[in-house]
Amino acid sequence: MAGIECDDEPVSLIEAQCRPMNMIEAINDALDIMLERDPDVIVLGEDVGFFGGVFRCTAGLQEKYGKTRVFDTPISECGIIGVAVGMGAYGLRPVPEIQFADYIYPGLDQLVSEAARLRYRSAAEFIAPMTVRAPFGGGIFGGQTHSQSPEALFTHVSGLKTIVPSTPHDAKGLLIAAIEDNDPCIFFEPKRIYNGPFDGYYDRPTRPWKDHKDAQVPEGYYTVPLGKARTVSSGSAMTILAYGTMVHVAEAVAREKGVDAEIIDLRTLVPLDIEAVEKSVEKTGKCLVVHEATRTSGFGAELVALVQERCFYHLEAPVERVTGFDTPYPHSLEWAYFPGPVRIGEAIDRLLEAS
Amino acid sequence: MAQQGGHAAQHNRPHLELHVPEPKYRPGDTVDFSDMAVSIAGEQPRPDEACAAAETNPLCTDLIRVLGEDDMAHGPWNPRLSPDTLRAMLRDMALVRAFDNRMYRSQRQGKTSFYMKSTGEEAVSVAAAHALASDDMVFPSYRQQGILIARDYPLVEMINQIYSNRGDKLKGRQLPIMYSSRAYSFFSISGNLATQLPQAVGWAMASAIRHDSRIAASWVGEGSTAEGDFHSALTFAAVYNAPCIVNVVNNQWAISSFSGFAGAERTTFAARAIGYGIAGLRVDGNDPLAVYAAQDWAADRARSNNGPTLIEYFTYRAEGHSTSDDPSAYRSAHEREEWPLGDPITRLRDHLIALGEWSEQQHEQMDEAVDAEVKAAIKEAEKNGILGHGLHHPFHTMFEDVFEDLPWHLEEQSAQAIRERRIKWPE
Repeated sequence: MAGIECDDEPVSLIEAQCRPMNMIEAINDALDIMLERDPDVIVLGEDVGFFGGVFRCTAGLQEKYGKTRVFDTPISECGIIGVAVGMGAYGLRPVPEIQFADYIYPGLDQLVSEAARLRYRSAAEFIAPMTVRAPFGGGIFGGQTHSQSPEALFTHVSGLKTIVPSTPHDAKGLLIAAIEDNDPCIFFEPKRIYNGPFDGYYDRPTRPWKDHKDAQVPEGYYTVPLGKARTVSSGSAMTILAYGTMVHVAEAVAREKGVDAEIIDLRTLVPLDIEAVEKSVEKTGKCLVVHEATRTSGFGAELVALVQERCFYHLEAPVERVTGFDTPYPHSLEWAYFPGPVRIGEAIDRLLEAS
Repeated sequence: MAQQGGHAAQHNRPHLELHVPEPKYRPGDTVDFSDMAVSIAGEQPRPDEACAAAETNPLCTDLIRVLGEDDMAHGPWNPRLSPDTLRAMLRDMALVRAFDNRMYRSQRQGKTSFYMKSTGEEAVSVAAAHALASDDMVFPSYRQQGILIARDYPLVEMINQIYSNRGDKLKGRQLPIMYSSRAYSFFSISGNLATQLPQAVGWAMASAIRHDSRIAASWVGEGSTAEGDFHSALTFAAVYNAPCIVNVVNNQWAISSFSGFAGAERTTFAARAIGYGIAGLRVDGNDPLAVYAAQDWAADRARSNNGPTLIEYFTYRAEGHSTSDDPSAYRSAHEREEWPLGDPITRLRDHLIALGEWSEQQHEQMDEAVDAEVKAAIKEAEKNGILGHGLHHPFHTMFEDVFEDLPWHLEEQSAQAIRERRIKWPE
């Protein structure tokens, strides 16, 4: 377990055997464990059955658990999420996959008006304990319909929990926690880092996960609690708040520039680990918020507002925000759009220059 | 004008015309329904419940009827119910009507914000509920109060909900009539239309995954069959052979839009079943025996793994959409009087009288009894308060059940709300 942070994990995990996994294997492992542990868990979605998912996250699960536990669905996100609400009302714990986050919109009414509101409107007589998994984010030349980061649409909805893992270790532990959670969870999987962490340099060879410390994934069951951020690196010059792919990009830029940045991986956007945010910003006095999603009304706006509301008198510079541009994700100009090392670097410089 | 110039070059093509449907009758028009195809009771064939779905195709454009002009039950769809069952159905329908009338009045008296009557449509919920098992899960739309009444749900609980008072089991969070009761297998009603359909299918799929014996039944208005959810639901129901029933209540009007805006000018709503390859039945919704028989047929079919059924109940919304609606602004008042399929309560009453199992006098006594029952329930419920008169659930409940546990941001907002209360209402 050398090099693995186990602060928020059961003590017994110290003894757990670890093995390197990429994010896909970690997610597959989490689903496997939950299908095994809980007969109420059902995995459904387009191409998730025999084929095992277009990104292979459900590979082998149908063979192992049978066709009524893991199955393909019609191409109907409204139907997938709608039937999952009904299954939840019955007492099952469905884990629907939406093939790309960009495809989730036909299911929005079922998520926003139904899954998110069911507990409230029925005074907890009926709940929707589902975890909707969806690959999200760009950086794979997916064009505008296979690259979006729509997390802010969901964080804006009362009653939904929104989770974005950034490592195989966290992906497994967070997914298990989400499946066990009795509230509807949106679990966005940054597909750019499915196979390896990403430093933001698209023209450099991709590094696989296997040598990364956070690719050491404990065998068996464990959870990473929802609503708890992770300190990626401690520092005193500034706080960088990020999640998903951008954690790795921010980390690489800070390292390259030799900045003593404290990088916080939020992991869960709602509920947010506000304590971790406050503690870090109060210590560093500077804050940079980074996300890949479009800028206007993005989750970064919420983070900036929270930081200025709660840490204003500790701030030594305006809070910086680095995001994607307010355009659709362009295919050929993907790397002009992506909030990469240059955009992050400039923001870091501005914070360093401010006194 | 560049566009026009561009099109002028294609001078040999005819001008395109947009068709915008228009109902036959508007306010003040004299109504004539004589051209409406009303089938003869008893003449529609009743295939076996296990038949191939396609065998029901002719029934999708027919109209299944049991009660004839002679007030007697006819043909293979006659469910042969005992007089006791018929009287129970009659009483439930009468109770629904009495409840609707009293609650409508309560809304007009300012005791609540909103109400929706089901006048003329009592059979599509009451008779259908009698045909289902009490633990079959129902996913209703907003006009199926008859199901709760048929399942003996306490009237006081319904009124508590309508008044959003401190006795309201839903803690005053839902618009009046958006009931929910897990104990009575009655799913939480949504104000967003047709969302309950894929949910019913999902519940039925879960029941099948678990090798349970309970089925799901759902109700939707003909107007909301235009929603994507309807088509998603039927696709999933067909693909997984889900043990469920999709009931389309075709009451001709979706607020002010007539059924033509959901496609009724082209075909029937039951005929949607043909495209999905599932069983479909088109039924006289004002004939309680036909409603019972169709629901019973579909329930048997679903319960024996023979798949889902789409049922269209052809009926008429005799009153406004809700207390916020004035139907005289968009449709002819004569439609209700001229409706060729009559009134479900009158028809069942006349049938029981024709059987020698009921009398005018008994009917009047029953009407008085159900009205007294509603009045007593209102009195009881009013002890818990009416809307806006302060007897509501405690403040902090506003923040409960958003999530299972209260996260920090809702805790902070809850504290804010409590602080505001002290300022706004100091005591």
